[in-house]
Amino acid sequence: MFRWLRRSYQVVFLGFFLFLVFVTTAGLIRGYDVQWLLEFDPLVAVTTALASHSLHHTLLWSLVLIVPTLILGRFFCSWICPMGVLHQALGFLARKRRPPDRVKQNAPRPSHKIKYLVLAVMLGLAAAGSVQIGLLDPIASTWRGLATSVMPALGNLAFGKYQGERHFQWGTLITLVFFGALALNFVYPRFYCRVLCPLGALLGLLSKFSLFRISKNSAICKSCKFCGSECQGAADPQGTVRATECMVCLNCIEACPRGGLSYRFLPPVHSSTTKLDLVRRKWLSAGVVGAVAVPFMRASDGVEPRPNPARIRPPGSLEEEGFLEKCLKCGACMKVCPTGGLQPALHEAGIEGFWSPILIPRIGYCEASCTLCGQVCPTGAIEKLTVAQKVGEMPARPPVRIGSAFFDKGRCLPWGYQTECIVCEEVCPTSPKAIYFKMETVTARDGTQKTLKMPFVDLDHCTGCGICETRCPIVDRAGIRVSAANESRTPRSSISLTGGKI
Amino acid sequence: MSSEERPSPHNPVPAPQVRLGHQAATSDAAGTDRRGALRVGVTAAMAIGSVALGLGLRERGSNKKTRALPTIKDHRADKPAGATDMAIVRGPDPAANVRKAIEALGGMGRFVRRGERVVIKPNIGWNRLPEQAANTNPDVVAEVVRLVLAAGASKVWLTDASVNTPEQCFARSGIEKAAKAAGATVIRPDASAFREVNVSGKLLRTGDVLFPIVDADRVINIPVVKQHGLSLASMALKNWYGVLGGQRVKLHQNIHVSIIDLAAMVKPTLTILDATRILLANGPTGGSLSDVKQLDTVAAGTDEVALDAFGATLLGLNPNDVGFIVEGMKAGLGTPQWKNLKTVELGG
Repeated sequence: MFRWLRRSYQVVFLGFFLFLVFVTTAGLIRGYDVQWLLEFDPLVAVTTALASHSLHHTLLWSLVLIVPTLILGRFFCSWICPMGVLHQALGFLARKRRPPDRVKQNAPRPSHKIKYLVLAVMLGLAAAGSVQIGLLDPIASTWRGLATSVMPALGNLAFGKYQGERHFQWGTLITLVFFGALALNFVYPRFYCRVLCPLGALLGLLSKFSLFRISKNSAICKSCKFCGSECQGAADPQGTVRATECMVCLNCIEACPRGGLSYRFLPPVHSSTTKLDLVRRKWLSAGVVGAVAVPFMRASDGVEPRPNPARIRPPGSLEEEGFLEKCLKCGACMKVCPTGGLQPALHEAGIEGFWSPILIPRIGYCEASCTLCGQVCPTGAIEKLTVAQKVGEMPARPPVRIGSAFFDKGRCLPWGYQTECIVCEEVCPTSPKAIYFKMETVTARDGTQKTLKMPFVDLDHCTGCGICETRCPIVDRAGIRVSAANESRTPRSSISLTGGKI
Repeated sequence: MSSEERPSPHNPVPAPQVRLGHQAATSDAAGTDRRGALRVGVTAAMAIGSVALGLGLRERGSNKKTRALPTIKDHRADKPAGATDMAIVRGPDPAANVRKAIEALGGMGRFVRRGERVVIKPNIGWNRLPEQAANTNPDVVAEVVRLVLAAGASKVWLTDASVNTPEQCFARSGIEKAAKAAGATVIRPDASAFREVNVSGKLLRTGDVLFPIVDADRVINIPVVKQHGLSLASMALKNWYGVLGGQRVKLHQNIHVSIIDLAAMVKPTLTILDATRILLANGPTGGSLSDVKQLDTVAAGTDEVALDAFGATLLGLNPNDVGFIVEGMKAGLGTPQWKNLKTVELGG
């Protein structure tokens, strides 16, 4: 009975999650709160709050999960988590046929403590200002896997009927990591949840205070261990239930042939344990490793000293340091970007910015009147903008700039080859156009003279949207390219003196 | 669940159930009740605590970090009645020139009170030797440090944001060694030495400024007189470029207005113009001794525009041709008619 109740919940939540990821696309998104599940993720709230010392208002929803977990235990893992559902569904991959073998598979192991150390490392990183939780958080990982791997692959198979042809640079890495995590079920069921998941670890810690717990009636128990053969969390229901590992799947209650197990309010103290067997030294070491990693990463790729010209952040992004304190790399912005130009960074944003969003104008440009990336960002790393804010109104309200365009005169047709071409000017969306012409008379190789329109960029009007680069007829490296210089999110990037800050 | 997983039912199997309430406690000792109440209390406290923490940390309005920025205060000292505005001293000993000039203005006590913290801002912009005249003369700087300390200052900072590598500029200019020997605390322009302030200028809204300029009670400007490729000259007003971090190169897009924005931001207590050696060409960097002219002159005063106008004449310029001098006058920072001020000329 519980099993079917739980499965229906899981199917409903997974379906809802898939629906929200699916509608995260221009034209379908309407007013859906597509980042809903990430907003409920307490790990997202805790790490971004640790890093930025403030909690994005939507993340207040995480309290809706924290408080019930304090009362009910780690029910999220078995009832709501989309990755948990996928793992539970794939649990059959390594499932042994004989119940005694399954009891061994589902026995607690020392390796199950690793997730707590993963959590401590992540919290240390966050405390030092670098949010890397999105790499392992199950919701962010599932989001990223679906948004930049599964759905593009399926969409491209469907002849681009869904979002058009989609390509994400080195998306194969994301595919391998996403399916690799699922494939760990070949080792034993729910390997990822039991060993690695930092969200499970955080919820496990909260479960130390849980008031409802699985409790075994020792007077009834004949130690048949059927309960242990079905346990999802390797929580040792046949022995003393581990409240931190129990995922409240309730399988043990059903498995018990004698009705010796129950899930109840304040069971006798000795029927469950909250011990983790992790000495304080290990906790501290893991936290320190995380915190110390940040200065090392910044000694490798600093946030500011050498901005990469390709680090073109979505419009509305916070200054880089604040951005790294909030961005989860969940890929929601990349999914929703109507041109597909938002891409997971590899080296462009330094090691901390791995898989964070950058615009690659050669793939897709930033649509002038589109503000969807800020609308879907769950943590406020990309601020919500109105179209009026983004487009601006010169000179009183300058537009949001994400970079600026530069001609490569050796590759530009009029500049390099004395050939007529006005594509960049034609597509330029600003008013007045940031790309303008001067007439110039040139002498061709055969001595004839002709008058050409020579294109120039007016930095005061260029927003760095990149449509010129997207549409430039030079097929591989365009004759006009956007770099992050002059982006308006930080005055330090401004080229012109009128930027106000030096 | 397949049936072979189940044991054969010897006994009737009770239906699994979720029992609510703690019936078990009724048969236990009263201690269990207390323990239960304690656990409920702890969990409730955790729940209330997390809700309170979450609400307390939540963002209000925009999540952009905004800070209130300080503004640099006006460092000018009150002028005693009948006091001299400007002193020009010529002589072979730069330190003696400084002493005589300050004396002619009424002594350092007019500018620095006992216990005050003073910052001295020479030009240490370039990796050049003193005789190349790209930086302020170290003997002039050291003498100012001594006079300030003799007037009872509790602290003398010496700082500049060099263009070349600061370590090399501070060393090769000879200024760090001379100033330290005279008792100054030398602040090199490390990243941590800057603080963001309001500039509120025509072009510049905010900027990162060397912290002693923000913290000091008194500011003394000790520029060197140089030719400059873009602004024609670099003297007192232009010397404030050197308190800024960040991308100063942007300022050259509108150099005269930028100079005045910065000069209006820092209003110094005293300005000492070093013309011991002046750089006549290839400025502001110089390099060749053939571009240097030895003038053995020091001028001191409280009007930066007047001192710059005087400096311009040393470079063979008409002050009215120098954009920032004209802009400085328009902005009310002083007068280029230094001869109309109460000026004392000694020596030479």
